[in-house]
Amino acid sequence: MIEVENVHFRYPNGVEALKGVSLVIKNGEFVAIMGQNGAGKTTLVKHFNGLLKPSEGVVRVNGVETTKTSVAALSRNAGFVFQNPDHQLFSETVEEEISFALKNFGFEAETIEKRITWALNLLGLAQYRKTSPFLLSGGERKRVALASVLAWNPETLILDEPTIGQDYQQKEKLRQFIVQMQTQGKTVVIVTHDVEFVAECNPRVLLMKEGAVVADGEGREILTDPEVLVQSSIVLPQIAQIFLKLAPLGLPKNVIDVYEAKEIVLKALEKRRK
Amino acid sequence: MAVIETKNLTYTYPGGTKPSINSVSIKVEKGEFVLITGPSGCGKTTLCRCFNGLIPHFYQGELKGEITVADMDTATHETHAMAKSVGLVFQNPENQLFALSIEKDVAFGLENLGMPREEMRERVDWALKLTDIYDLRERSPHEVSGGQQQRVAIAAVLAMQPEIIVLDEPTSFLDPLSAEKIFEVIHELNKKLGITVVLVEHRLDLTAKYADHIIIMDEGKVCFDGNPREILSTEETRLIGVGIPKATLLYHILQKEGVKLGDVTPLSSEELAKLLQEAFETK
Repeated sequence: MIEVENVHFRYPNGVEALKGVSLVIKNGEFVAIMGQNGAGKTTLVKHFNGLLKPSEGVVRVNGVETTKTSVAALSRNAGFVFQNPDHQLFSETVEEEISFALKNFGFEAETIEKRITWALNLLGLAQYRKTSPFLLSGGERKRVALASVLAWNPETLILDEPTIGQDYQQKEKLRQFIVQMQTQGKTVVIVTHDVEFVAECNPRVLLMKEGAVVADGEGREILTDPEVLVQSSIVLPQIAQIFLKLAPLGLPKNVIDVYEAKEIVLKALEKRRK
Repeated sequence: MAVIETKNLTYTYPGGTKPSINSVSIKVEKGEFVLITGPSGCGKTTLCRCFNGLIPHFYQGELKGEITVADMDTATHETHAMAKSVGLVFQNPENQLFALSIEKDVAFGLENLGMPREEMRERVDWALKLTDIYDLRERSPHEVSGGQQQRVAIAAVLAMQPEIIVLDEPTSFLDPLSAEKIFEVIHELNKKLGITVVLVEHRLDLTAKYADHIIIMDEGKVCFDGNPREILSTEETRLIGVGIPKATLLYHILQKEGVKLGDVTPLSSEELAKLLQEAFETK
């Protein structure tokens, strides 16, 4: 469980990136943090594994205050994948990249071998095992960064912009993986601008603006509310845009899923015909 | 008139075991807005690097086949000679920015062209305002956010007003509303100034509506090339991992269920909403 109580954070240059954030993320939750550039999303999630410590207020992870423990201890439980994979990757081969953290956490050689193979297969990277991460495409490097964190199987997974550079199939795999994590009781926090991805997953959405949380609720409620979204520089998902325009015809507004949209349109047309 | 033309273009990176692009033959007409998409690792970025001569001059490796960009053979014209005609916005803005201030970064290309100071001032301010970073102009490009860095990289290329602008996922770090505004600006420059635009994107929800021409790649090859409305109507595009716009997808699903919505495939929510409104009103 992650508890954030009235947290303020100031960078050394004086910029106040968080202005009194309070929230609770329970174990097993799937949360998407959204909001415009510079809203404080990445700053907030960096508090979840102790990379940043609050200037004021308290962050507790599983009951322990992050100021009273080390990043190393927190990382074992909370794996963090950065927005830009180049800030994270440094090894000569993809395999070494993935084994690095596993070795540091003291896993046995046999386990490391199994975990590497598992993570590479999961993310469609098996053919690049011996390749330098820097020879891979942007989207592939992003998946190597993700594989290196998944391999040590943390309880909480924090993904900063996981869908950047990913094609539709990779996104669908990521979505299925997150669902699988949840069924295992794990917590997944993503920071994302990808409204279509969030619309497909329908997680809890936390909307941020200028260092504060301005909305917190189910994806389908928040992503279909144009007034709330526009203040955070988010565009409605396409299906929601369509239903907003159809609302005067008596159709519901809070629709974000394509197949649900189909059912609603078919029923409404049927009704008109009668 | 074609401003970019490739014939059987094949390229292998140094030390690579197989070509990253393989027998690519495409034509981009002057003034077109071309969208290049395809699964991650399909060769989109590699193809873009050929358009301004970064391949083969910077990346070396083995380039075969023919490529002409703005009447220049990229194999014999160096990257700096092409810079005036072709502007490239990289996927990762950090690879592109280097000056001490944002303003200087945007002015760099113009300084190299020897543009008079007054004119340069005007151009730089124009580009900074278009991309909404005028107020940041004296900051260092390395202390602003990833999204703002992308705006700087775009401004630097727009300032040059090249004949062709090539953008490789240029707004991936930007929030959706900002990304939409940037695409609107690029679309406007395409329409008003006739600048040819080549855009690499996965997010067709945001971009398909601007395109006159779409090229879909898979495993280094071109597998679809033509009109976006026709190509995004085919089932095959979805199978190779292209995320077609949700509005287009819903249109297909409804057509399959027997709902007649006309023969023109919609590419945006506005277009589909209009078709649905009409369907409701006629019933």
